[in-house]
Amino acid sequence: MTEYLLILLATVFVNNIVMVKILGLCPFMGVSKKLEASIGMGAATTFVLTLASGSSYLINEYLLGPELSYLTTLSFIVVIAGIVQFTEMVVAKTSPVLYQVLGIYLPLITTNCAVLGIPLLNVQAKHNFMESIFFGMGGALGFTLVMVLFAGLRERMEGADVPVIFKGSAIAMITAGLMSLSFMGFSGLIK
Amino acid sequence: MLSALLVMAAIAIVLGAVLGFAAIKFRVQGNPLVDKIDAVLPQTQCGQCGFPGCKPYATAIAAGEATINKCPPGGEEGIQKLADLLGVDPIPFGGDTQPKPKSVAFIDENTCIGCTLCIQACPVDAIAGAAKQMHTIVAAECTGCELCVAPCPVDCISMLPIEEQITNWKWRYPVYPIQAAA
Repeated sequence: MTEYLLILLATVFVNNIVMVKILGLCPFMGVSKKLEASIGMGAATTFVLTLASGSSYLINEYLLGPELSYLTTLSFIVVIAGIVQFTEMVVAKTSPVLYQVLGIYLPLITTNCAVLGIPLLNVQAKHNFMESIFFGMGGALGFTLVMVLFAGLRERMEGADVPVIFKGSAIAMITAGLMSLSFMGFSGLIK
Repeated sequence: MLSALLVMAAIAIVLGAVLGFAAIKFRVQGNPLVDKIDAVLPQTQCGQCGFPGCKPYATAIAAGEATINKCPPGGEEGIQKLADLLGVDPIPFGGDTQPKPKSVAFIDENTCIGCTLCIQACPVDAIAGAAKQMHTIVAAECTGCELCVAPCPVDCISMLPIEEQITNWKWRYPVYPIQAAA
C-alpha cells in the first residue's frame, strides 16, 4: 500500500506532469481562465487518464506483447480516442453546462500529450497493472491540482495592475514558468 | 503481420461496441441547455428581446444566434446568471438601456465657484468645502448617486467611472444556476 501512496505523491508533486515533465500544456493554458472550467477539465482528464492507463496496460501486456511492440503508440491512441468519446457522451448527458464550458477542449483530451505520455511512461517503467493505474491517477491528479491553482491565479490576475504589453497570455506564461520553478522545489523532498 | 491486423481489429470491435452502447445509453434528448437557459429567464414573455417569448429566446441563445444581453426584465443579474450558466463573460445591455458603470463624482477645482449648492444636495456628506471656497469630493464616501451634478451652476462636476484595480477587485458573488433546473 505504501508504494502506491509513494507513486501518487511522486507523480502529483515531484514529477508533476505539467510543471516538471512539461506535458499537457495546451489544456493547461486553454481551460485555466475560469475556476469551474478548470475543475471540470481536471475531473474529465482524471477519468480519461485513469481508464487509459489501465486499459493500455492490459493491451500492451496481453494483446501486443514484445513482438508487436511497434503497435504501442497506434493502439494507445485508438484506445484513448475511444475513451474520450465515451467521456464526452457521459459529460454531455450528465452535465450539459460543463459540456458547454469545456467546448472544444473536451474532444481535444485525445490529443493531450499527457494522456498518451503516461501510458507510454508506464510501459517504459515496466509498471504492473495497479502501479499503472495509480501512476495514471497520480499524473491526472497532479494535472488537476496545477490547473486549479493556475486558474485561481489567473482569476486574481484579471484585477491586477499588469503592464499592458504583458497582459493576457504573456503574464500567464511567466506565471506558469514561476509555478514550474516552485514545483522543482519538490524534488528536494527526495534524500 | 496477421496478428497485428487481428489485434487492431479486436481493439476496434471492442471500442465500437462500447461506444455504440454508450450512444444509446447516454442519448441526449434535444438540447438540455435550452431548458436550463429557459429556467434562468424571467418568464415574462414580454418579447422585448425580439423573440416571441422566453423559450424561443432560450433556443436562440443555445444555438448561438442571440447574445445574452437582450432581456431587460432579467436585468444585470439575469445577464450574470446566463453568463455563469454558459461559461461566457457577461456583456452589458446594448443601446439606450445600458446601465452606467459604478462611478464617483469629481469636481473640477479650477471651475468651482464655491456656491455650496452641491454640498446641500449630497446625501452622504461626501463633499468638503465652504462658501466662496472651492469644494472637493471625498472619493471614499461618494456613492455615485449623481444628485450633486444637476444643482451645480457651472457644470464643474463630472462622474468618473471607477476602474477595477487590485485594491477594489473582489470575487464575484457565486451563482448556482444548475440547481434551478431540477
